Amino acid sequence: MGRYVIRRLLQMIPVFIGSTFLIFFMVYALGDPVAALFGDKAPDPAVAARIRAELYLDQPLWKQYLHYMGQILTGDFGTAFTGQPVLDLMADAFPVTLRLTIVAVAFEVAVGIALGVVSGLRRGRPADTSVLMVTLIVVSVPTFVSGYLLQYLFGVKWALVAPSVSPEATFAELLLPGAVLGLVSLAYVTRLTRTSLAENARADYIRTAVAKGLPRHRIVLRHLLRNSLIPVVTFIGADIGALMGGAIVTERIFNIHGVGYQLYQGILRQNSPTVVGFVTVLVLVFLLANLIVDLLYAVLDPRIRHV
Amino acid sequence: MRGGVRSRAGAALCVVGLAAAAAAGCGGGVDERAVGVVRASWGDPQNALEPANTNEVQGGKVLDLIFRGLKRYDPKTGAAEDMLAERVESDDAQNFTVRLKDGWTFSNGEKITAQSFVDAWNYAALVDSRQKNAAFFSYVDGYEKVHPVKGEPTAKTLSGLVVKDPRTFTVKLRTKFSTWPDTLGYPAFAPLPRAFFEDHAGWLRKPVGNGPYAIDAYTRGSVMRLSRWDGYPGPDKAENTGVELRVYTDNNTAYTDLQAGNIDLVDDIPSTQLRNVRKDLGNRYINQPAGILQTLVFPLYDERWSKAGMEKVRRGLSMAIDREQITRRIYRGTRTPAGDWTSPVLGDKGGYKSGLCGDVCTYDPGRAKELIQEGGGLPGGRVTLSSNVDTGSHRVWMDAVCNSVNNALGDDRACTVNPIGTFADYRNKITQQRMTGLFRSGWQMDYPLIQNFLQPTYYTDASSNYGKFADARFDRLVDEANAESDTGKAVAKFQDAERVLAELMPVIPLWYQNGNAGYTAGLSDVTLNQFSVPVYERIKVK
Amino acid sequence: MSEPPYPPPNPEGPAPAGPLGSLGPVSPGDGGAARLASREAESLERPPGKPAEPAPPAPEKARSLWSDAWHDLRRNPVFLLSALVIAFLLLIAVWPGLVAGGNPLQCDLAKSQEGSQPGHPFGFDAQGCDVFTRTIHGARASITVGVCATAGAALLGSVLGGLAGYYGGWWDGLLSRLADVFFGIPIILGGLVFLSVVTGGSVWPVVGFIVLLGWPQISRIARGAVVAAKQHDYVHAARALGAGDRRLLLRHIAPNAVAPVIVVATIALGTYIALEATLSFIGVGLKPPTVSWGIDISNASNQIRNAPHMLLWPAGFLSVTVLAFIMLGDAVRDALDPKLR
Repeated sequence: MGRYVIRRLLQMIPVFIGSTFLIFFMVYALGDPVAALFGDKAPDPAVAARIRAELYLDQPLWKQYLHYMGQILTGDFGTAFTGQPVLDLMADAFPVTLRLTIVAVAFEVAVGIALGVVSGLRRGRPADTSVLMVTLIVVSVPTFVSGYLLQYLFGVKWALVAPSVSPEATFAELLLPGAVLGLVSLAYVTRLTRTSLAENARADYIRTAVAKGLPRHRIVLRHLLRNSLIPVVTFIGADIGALMGGAIVTERIFNIHGVGYQLYQGILRQNSPTVVGFVTVLVLVFLLANLIVDLLYAVLDPRIRHV
Repeated sequence: MRGGVRSRAGAALCVVGLAAAAAAGCGGGVDERAVGVVRASWGDPQNALEPANTNEVQGGKVLDLIFRGLKRYDPKTGAAEDMLAERVESDDAQNFTVRLKDGWTFSNGEKITAQSFVDAWNYAALVDSRQKNAAFFSYVDGYEKVHPVKGEPTAKTLSGLVVKDPRTFTVKLRTKFSTWPDTLGYPAFAPLPRAFFEDHAGWLRKPVGNGPYAIDAYTRGSVMRLSRWDGYPGPDKAENTGVELRVYTDNNTAYTDLQAGNIDLVDDIPSTQLRNVRKDLGNRYINQPAGILQTLVFPLYDERWSKAGMEKVRRGLSMAIDREQITRRIYRGTRTPAGDWTSPVLGDKGGYKSGLCGDVCTYDPGRAKELIQEGGGLPGGRVTLSSNVDTGSHRVWMDAVCNSVNNALGDDRACTVNPIGTFADYRNKITQQRMTGLFRSGWQMDYPLIQNFLQPTYYTDASSNYGKFADARFDRLVDEANAESDTGKAVAKFQDAERVLAELMPVIPLWYQNGNAGYTAGLSDVTLNQFSVPVYERIKVK
Repeated sequence: MSEPPYPPPNPEGPAPAGPLGSLGPVSPGDGGAARLASREAESLERPPGKPAEPAPPAPEKARSLWSDAWHDLRRNPVFLLSALVIAFLLLIAVWPGLVAGGNPLQCDLAKSQEGSQPGHPFGFDAQGCDVFTRTIHGARASITVGVCATAGAALLGSVLGGLAGYYGGWWDGLLSRLADVFFGIPIILGGLVFLSVVTGGSVWPVVGFIVLLGWPQISRIARGAVVAAKQHDYVHAARALGAGDRRLLLRHIAPNAVAPVIVVATIALGTYIALEATLSFIGVGLKPPTVSWGIDISNASNQIRNAPHMLLWPAGFLSVTVLAFIMLGDAVRDALDPKLR
């Protein structure tokens, strides 16, 4: 187990270097960000040249990359074009997005498992079919459509919640955006629960429990559900990394100043220090989440041994 | 297996706890609001908030709140009126003497002297300061020494600026520029306190100025809270207790928030909501002219567009655009079809003349088709229309313009829209002259002078002449106009220069953009200035 | 070290192809639900809790896995219904003029956002274009993106994933880590950058981009399936009989590992079409004069209040398409899963 973890951690190094370089290269390929700093006016050549030199943009790509990686290793993520250290932006943005992710996951889990139990226990019956239909329709509606629609309905038409999120971004404010974000994964939690439940319903220990004459709700909750949640838990583990970087559209619609917002702004302004910094952290989160899930899987399912 | 059971139970518990926390928090989320404060929509400023480094509206809003310069443009008439200046005088339109009013201080108590201005201007002009608006000081004598195009500066200060006494300084310009004092309302000319130079990083975190408001707290990228500065010596004291500027990434969200009463003032109404704005807001909706002209630029650096005879095609394309219908249907009257290359805010005296462009700015599909055919047709039979689509509602009007052209020409693929994902990419394509078809350009005036609408954009090799239009006749008329000391005569010369544009059509004027704003019932006396920025200090909170 | 990073198969029976969670989502973009697909295939590969008895068909039946599946599918109403819908969609994609004779680019601003009227059943959009005509004509681009991107991603993914799974060791490490690199890029960032650099009016840059970020997902599935399949006795037997790598891979392993890939692919197809809408929303998807559901949906998304019909029809067609492909994938999955027989 220990050797396995060390090996996985070592393998993360090339992946980390590879993805940061890829992202660095992509942002670089977009071209010169300095022109955009001057708005609709033509850049002043002398000032533009100074800014390029300051941002290291007048160097070849590989030098820029080495310089940047050198900075990161010393804990300096550089400075955004507004003059703010990227590290400060991260300190503001990541907690907000983390809260959003938690709400989204809670939503996925609460609604997804409930629907999954309903359809899993009634496999093939109308309830199952309608749950299937609803979740699949939800999957096929792009987030920007469901986001704008729910924002208008809940925020304005029925005035149930504030349509946007204040800079503090408390859990209560994040309920609606979290639900919108969670909709994407909802179908999967539902389907995983359903499949898993249907499988386990035929297992010997359930037959034993039924034979013992235990009440139905006790069998479902204590025996069936508990054993069926393994794949769901592991799925959610992997989903966390994805949701954190994936909220660009949701954060834009609900005016949440989190990771997605910073990334979007960074991309629009070709602000490479911001974009590369944030994505670097996201890649780390993603890789660690992967590792933890793999380990968790072994913990949950004792038949798997990491060597 | 024991380990597994424990983990599952733990996970389930955590989930239940979260769901409960989420449910308990349901229905909350409206933050407490300070009394008398205006909550207004804002966009993240692109640059650090130094006066000479701010070249876009969002940063400009803040500067307008916390700074006052020598002059200030009257929010209603746009006329440049003395603010800190007692007088700005010159005998020869080249050597100016600036005399300051007494009694002005910065909000930190520091007295404002001639030195506060001269230091600020020297800082702005020096190439080492990397200020994006340095070019505003290029009229001052000695600029090329502190701001050489290449290499190190040979002087640290502008030789044209001399402090005579604490309330007087003189300015020597490189050439005659009779209306130069009228440019001094631009925020780049603001004075700066010593703290700006002594603790620059600290100042940037929380800028200190001399305007009617002072910054309380600034969270970059999300919110800025300002409160009224009670010691403000100027005549335009704030009528409310403060302003809270909130950053929105999507103007639809800001509008939705306004409807829900989550914010008080939105100064960018998305075009898709214009249809509902009367219904939603009643008379709490402002739609008034602003100094913004939207245009389509021809890439004249491309031989296919600039060769002889193509002016007919260019004029034809202008006539193929049904400005009237687009401004009515899509913009619901928040844009006005353009009839010249300036803006109605200049007024007739300032040089605005709606019919100057004449027939070529009027929709006439039949004539448009003829002209384009006479000129040899569109290059390759096609024209593209490019703009960034990340901000603003550009996509909609681009589609409409193309459809209008296509309908006029009877070819549904003659004009196609080329959306560009990011503003940066779009700007790069323009500055590197990689555009092959028409591209959007918006000109927002820096100061309300006809010179500002024509010279930076169409003069040969001017800084914002993106299509690389070059015409000796136009240049000569502009030069003559600038040397003219009589304003009326100067304006007439500028209008002659405009007639050259109508003939050659290097840039198609589309429409004059209005300022739009909506506000909640809790506010009154909301107005926009001619730069389409709300006049915050006049807003009253009920 | 040379062991594969994932747990080796359980000797007791066909084991998990890879830990469930390690199938990191390909698309942390809200719009693209592509990642969902991998979970679906996962539950096929390894039904949790019980060792499955997959590929080899029961000996008493002489039919192959495929004819078995086909036998089942023909009787499955879900399959028939979704196949019918897909056939219709393909028809309008190839010959849109059959259903809607109008010109999707012919627009009259005077009719902006008008509702349904004779000859224009779906009404008009903000530009005064006929929504019915645009919806029917939009099928071609949207379905081309879906089908081609899926085909590309499936091909690239299964070849690379298959090789990684079969050869294991150093190759596996390299290819799997390469997949991780592409996994780590947020899809909207990738889209904005890639599609800003590679421009062109056609659908191909968009297809290329989706393939680029979509292959790692399929590759993981394929790798897992191959790792599981190569442990089977019949593979050992074939190897003992002297079969070469090539023959082993193509004749013995591929047929038994292809099922999960097919399932993922059908589901991914639907989600790729939805992804195109998101790309159009941020301005880097398909460009005019191409007509697509994605362009129309993104144009309509802000008009929900003024003209809901602008959104309803293209989004409805998109949903039906995604639904049809997911249902097809579902049916194929059930048919290929012997436990459900």
